[in-house]
Amino acid sequence: MLTGLLLCILLLGLLALAAVGLGRHPLAGRVVHGGCLAISLGFAGLALAGLGLGLPEAPLALPIGLPGAGAASLLALDGLSAWFLLLLGVTGACASLYALGAPAGPPRSLPPFPLFLAGMAICLAAADAFTLLLGFELMSLASWALVAADHAEAENRAAARRYLMFAALAGACLVPAFGLLAAGAGGLDFTALRAAPPEGWRAAAVLALALAGAGAKAGLVPLHAWLPLAHPAAPSHVSALMSGAMTKVALYVLARLLLDLCGPLQPAWWGVPLLAAGACSALFGALRANMEGDTKVLLACSTIENIGFITVALGLVLAFRGADLGPLAALAAGAALLHALNHGVFKTLLFLVAGAVAHGAGSRKLDRLGGLIHAMPVTALAALVGMAAAASLPPLSGFASEWLLLEALLAGWRVGDIGFQVVAAAATALVAMAAALAAAAMLRCFGLVFLGRIRSPRAAGAEEVPRLERLSLLLPAGLTVLLGLFPAAMLGLAAPAIAVLAGPAALPPARGLALTAGEGASTYLPLAVAGLLVASLVTVWFLVRRRSTGATLRGPVWNCGFIDPPPWLPFGDPLSQPGAAGMAQPLRRMLGGSLLGATETVLMRAPGDPRPGHYAAQAADPSEAGLLAPLARLRDSVAGRAERLRELTIRGCLGLSFGTLVGLLALLAWLEGG
Amino acid sequence: MSFGQLPYDVAHLFGGAMLLLSFMLLYQRRVTAVINGLAIQGAILACAAGWQGWVQGAPQLYLTALIALAAKAVLIPLALRVLIRRLAMDRTVDTAMGIGPSLIAGVALVALAILVVLPITAGVRAIAREDLALALSVVLLGMLMMITRRNAILQVVGLMSMENGLILAAVGVAGMPLVVELSTAALVMVVLVVAGVFVFQIRERFDSVDVSLLDPHRGEGR
Repeated sequence: MLTGLLLCILLLGLLALAAVGLGRHPLAGRVVHGGCLAISLGFAGLALAGLGLGLPEAPLALPIGLPGAGAASLLALDGLSAWFLLLLGVTGACASLYALGAPAGPPRSLPPFPLFLAGMAICLAAADAFTLLLGFELMSLASWALVAADHAEAENRAAARRYLMFAALAGACLVPAFGLLAAGAGGLDFTALRAAPPEGWRAAAVLALALAGAGAKAGLVPLHAWLPLAHPAAPSHVSALMSGAMTKVALYVLARLLLDLCGPLQPAWWGVPLLAAGACSALFGALRANMEGDTKVLLACSTIENIGFITVALGLVLAFRGADLGPLAALAAGAALLHALNHGVFKTLLFLVAGAVAHGAGSRKLDRLGGLIHAMPVTALAALVGMAAAASLPPLSGFASEWLLLEALLAGWRVGDIGFQVVAAAATALVAMAAALAAAAMLRCFGLVFLGRIRSPRAAGAEEVPRLERLSLLLPAGLTVLLGLFPAAMLGLAAPAIAVLAGPAALPPARGLALTAGEGASTYLPLAVAGLLVASLVTVWFLVRRRSTGATLRGPVWNCGFIDPPPWLPFGDPLSQPGAAGMAQPLRRMLGGSLLGATETVLMRAPGDPRPGHYAAQAADPSEAGLLAPLARLRDSVAGRAERLRELTIRGCLGLSFGTLVGLLALLAWLEGG
Repeated sequence: MSFGQLPYDVAHLFGGAMLLLSFMLLYQRRVTAVINGLAIQGAILACAAGWQGWVQGAPQLYLTALIALAAKAVLIPLALRVLIRRLAMDRTVDTAMGIGPSLIAGVALVALAILVVLPITAGVRAIAREDLALALSVVLLGMLMMITRRNAILQVVGLMSMENGLILAAVGVAGMPLVVELSTAALVMVVLVVAGVFVFQIRERFDSVDVSLLDPHRGEGR
């Protein structure tokens, strides 16, 4: 099985080489994306086989690695990595299928795509710190190349630059985190690291570095500033993969570091930072998703929210495990894993929908779309499924995992510490609020894009996307429905992963086809809910049919008080239906002022002044002003100081290196002597 | 092999002599004397390499000794002398740091080298330990010479002396392949050619070989 995995990774490398070789050949895109599709399906198949039939025991040693004895690179597949590999396979297959059908991008965007997939697979399959970081950095660099693929526009270049900075930050935090672990263990492979869990300040440093490093890559507040920029800059299938799979790989690294490698004996307060960061991210992302006017930015903010949910669940696992509450830890672990998979699938779907809308209707701006359900019915159906899942409506997939998460949060009082109980209660409120805000954001997005009247001439000329692209939308949509109907079966598959996170004795929180929480006090039967919904819909339909006169009458639709458009304005007056900013207004006034610094300016002209009045609403991300701007100032001042080194004479330059050498030698002598 | 045995004592003698010559390079006030010192240091390096070749029974070290003798003791000093004669330059040394302080700094560097090398190499053959400490001292003194002299020729001499220290370290370690020494020797020849051209260029432009005259002209041509 590991040999197959290695073969897939090598094939991805060959595909990248082939993409370089094929260059501008007309079939290059088909070859590369077709190959990626097949290999992604291979990943999913391997992961399913591993989870269902049993995982390989011994790791596979590779003939590469750091110099020195016992530092060979190892590949292995345990429950946790197999689960995330399944997610990677599914999202990678959907994204590759979409890329096969979509219009081809520039040739320079082809080679990094297989490398991106390969980096994530290496990171997931690694069984030692070096290989994991190698895959992580390959993933970062390849996705940077994809974000920067369309570099003709200045804003894309800025997005790519910021993305690279955050990727560098993630690497700069994760390398010392693994270094601190390895310093105590004396080896880099996971078995050695697990055998020597860190203690004291070293453990706290590992926690902080892992949270900062993985959080920067996953998009946890306050390190989320790259997501709303990088996702619109990348091609749609890439942003689907980045949001669906890459952020999950970062969370995998977080879970691997904190829940697996640091050993099972860490104290319960370790969950609190994760809980706090996750709850803030969830609320912040959901609120910002309500304000944005660009579909992809909106979806990126929704990703921040869902990453927050998963982080909250991981924090709960840490807390429950530290308090010796095994079944509750398993419940939270099930919530984290299931939500990671569900979110990966439905967010991939939604980004592909955004790409299909941009392809079919020519825009990503909510204010330039509208009424697309008539022109693009299949896309609208797929979007409806995805957005209903993102709004956590039963019986779709988002509901199942968020139900588990809220049940786990509501059990937070079982940890005896009063401080933790308060934190858990606050997190419950924030997460519930974020879920409601997310539903509002999805409703707004679907309503503005697919319902209502057409807002621009280009949207009036919208066409349904080609067949292959439609297929790539229907595949994740179908998976979303299936995952929503059979979450218990998926949790059964996830049992090895839950055992890694919550301890070897943990059982998945499912019984039969139902999800159970606690000691079976509450149960969620998705099939029953779906049956109830279908039955009530069928009843209503029958009643209407029975009661109606039988003849179908078509009359003018009640148009909410709009005036019918005059013949010279075929789309109606755009001002006569709510726009993106208008629908955001209530939430902006309620919450935006304090959290997002939202301001409104109204310019009223004096009576008799013929010039038009003006209304403007702005919202700014506080992380820009609070975190990035001071950092940019610091960078400028450091660069200014470093610039003075250029003024040194030749002897000064030589003296500088000589002084450094002597200083290092003195340090060495001091360390040896002491 | 330890203190009191002939191979050890002779190797130690050659290393000590090289260190002594490094100090001589530091306090000489005339350029020709500095070049003589460099030539003698090269000759002693050749002796040390030959001795090590005999002790270790490694014939390739004889070749190293031959190269060192030809290049370090004869060719490079000769080339430097020709350079000085062609340039008809000032024969006195222009120092940036007084002779006394630079000697004190040199002593401190030697102490540092010994403090660093001896604890790290505990358990290695004694001859390699002492040799490494001496070689590191020679390297550090060469660097010190590079930064305390204003004259471009003397900076070249400092670089050559540094390289002598590296070779001394290389020959002291048994089993170092010949290719390392050959490539280092080739590198040094190239460096000498580049440095010679550089010195001529400075001389043509500024009528002096004082490198501090270059400082106002950095960044030109951008």
